[in-house]
Amino acid sequence: MERFEIGDDARLLGPMEKTGRGFWIFTGTLLAIALWGLFAWSTQLRRGLSVTGLNVPVYWGLYITNFVFFIGISHAGTLISAILRLAQAEWRRSITRSAEVITVLVLFFGMGCVILDLGRPDRAFNVLFHGNFTSPLLWDVTSVSMYLTGSILYLYLPLIPDIAILRDCLPRRRWFYRPLALGWTGTPGQQRVLNRAIAVMAVIIIPIAVSVHTVVSWVFAMTVQPMWHSTIFGPYFVVGAIFSGIGALIIAMAIIRRAYHLEDYLKPIHFNNLGLLLLVMTLLWFYFTFAEFLTTYYGAEPTHMIVFLSKTEGSFSPLFWTMVVTCFVVPFTLLANHKTRGTIWGCVAASISVEVGMWLERFLIVVPSLSNPRLPMTAASYVPSWVEWSLFAAFVATFMLLYALFTKLFPIVSIWEVKEGREHSIQEVTERVASYLPGAPEPAHE
Amino acid sequence: MARWGMVIDLDRCTACQACVVACQVENNVPPAGADLAEQGRAISWLRLVPFQEGQHGTRPGMRLMPLPCQHCEHPPCAKVCPVKATQIDHEGLVAQVYPRCIGCRYCTTACPYTVRQFNWQKPEFPAPMEQGLSPDVSVRPRGVVEKCSFCHHRLQRAKDRARAEGRSLREGDYLPACVESCPAEAMVFGDLDDPRSAVSRLAESPRAFRLLEELGTRPKVVYLSKGEWGGEV
Repeated sequence: MERFEIGDDARLLGPMEKTGRGFWIFTGTLLAIALWGLFAWSTQLRRGLSVTGLNVPVYWGLYITNFVFFIGISHAGTLISAILRLAQAEWRRSITRSAEVITVLVLFFGMGCVILDLGRPDRAFNVLFHGNFTSPLLWDVTSVSMYLTGSILYLYLPLIPDIAILRDCLPRRRWFYRPLALGWTGTPGQQRVLNRAIAVMAVIIIPIAVSVHTVVSWVFAMTVQPMWHSTIFGPYFVVGAIFSGIGALIIAMAIIRRAYHLEDYLKPIHFNNLGLLLLVMTLLWFYFTFAEFLTTYYGAEPTHMIVFLSKTEGSFSPLFWTMVVTCFVVPFTLLANHKTRGTIWGCVAASISVEVGMWLERFLIVVPSLSNPRLPMTAASYVPSWVEWSLFAAFVATFMLLYALFTKLFPIVSIWEVKEGREHSIQEVTERVASYLPGAPEPAHE
Repeated sequence: MARWGMVIDLDRCTACQACVVACQVENNVPPAGADLAEQGRAISWLRLVPFQEGQHGTRPGMRLMPLPCQHCEHPPCAKVCPVKATQIDHEGLVAQVYPRCIGCRYCTTACPYTVRQFNWQKPEFPAPMEQGLSPDVSVRPRGVVEKCSFCHHRLQRAKDRARAEGRSLREGDYLPACVESCPAEAMVFGDLDDPRSAVSRLAESPRAFRLLEELGTRPKVVYLSKGEWGGEV
């Protein structure tokens, strides 16, 4: 068997061949936060949900906020990668992998948040044994597990040729890569089957991804509660999910680029292009938010107005206006200007702002509606407890930890796809562009 | 089959809260201390909610309204439960299956009346109360949702007695603890479908109204009042 010639892309194997002190410090810190979270969780298991800040009527808080937030982030990967692949966007080649990994990992944490929120986590499997399909929560379980399965497949398929490369280039880890490579040798026949499978998965995953955040929104929208019961919620949540997802991808790419010196693979142009997408999503987010709030305000139903006013001028107003600034003003300013968008720090700053803002948006959807029930209540305000904050931190840390471990096991930039781009795409794209022009012969169908 | 419902005459109610206490004792609801009440975690299947009376009138005042589970015919809670732990049972009551509930609190957020309660912690009964627990009602474990059941264990008992006496159920055989305890006789309970029952006649009264009817939940608790009930406190 001929050994794969990695040639110019040997740098991409770097993270798997050697590990610096920085990596250990980074992962060690994350591990410490994760262990602290484990302690917080054991406290909650011992003493129940009384260790949270939840109460009547604010039955849901940080855990559900984080559930929506994490599931939202998951739209970074698979969905964006699938769209870029189908659109034959050539600049996708070095970024799809890092996006797909985000999806697969963060979905576990999204589902984990629901488990944290259960009063009886030991009975979680009742949703399988006694599932009630009129409950939007069951739609979530169905949709998210389909998305997780699809995303794992969609991450794995384009990994196969790279795993084969690792099998051939890293003899000491051969035992690990050989079974995963499924006997890949890169014959034209294998390549054809793989390309077909990736294309099919890319098409299938898009409607599943859209369904995921739609049904997450329906958990709220299907109730009759003020400012939850809204027809706009499905698309509003999907837009928010892609918005926060792209932000997460940009941040991840910037860290990878810096840590593994992949300046040559993750270039300012990649950030610029993702920044443009983020700009579009910023505008869409503003459009949806404006439409939602104006409709509520103009209709002026008293129970809805109580929630509306608690957000815009009441106790939640500092958070609300911070959200408007961080979801719209900051990213719009940074991304509409090509000077800041063209730089990596500009895109990263916009993305961090978007993450903060989108988390606030999720919080402001969950908590204010619950804080203002239709019938008068002894008002209890919700302040998240140390357990809830610790578990949030631990989830973020564990996600980053697993992501870092992934980069030590598999190339975070797809080696074969970059190589394919270098060897075939330039010609292909030239021919494709030529075929758009008048007088050109119809291209042969692929 | 009967359609069990309750009428609460707010013009008779003195807000003495005897119903609240009777309910707590009858249903083994753990008494909450000041700390739990402050945290907003005191469990109460039947609570008194304050309403402002005569908001635009010359003599504004405050009135209290007893609020049990409304036992809706279209309960928003039952629809959203992911494990069918809350459903309309064969008697038309909205029942809660404690051993199946996973504690996700979707029902509590979906209920527009906010009458569903969650066991934030293990129920604690100070001595000697733990010796006086009702044997007919299970003590709920930590982490599950509970709510007013219209004392459905009393229905079971009433049926057993009627069967033993070889007769069918009569009006007044089955009364929830709150109704029984009301000194002002402001609460009436019975079969809304029986045209001769007091509860069905009162439900037809021009003073009758239901809470948040506009949401289409079809509550089986009917309130009576001459006054104007608007405006939150």
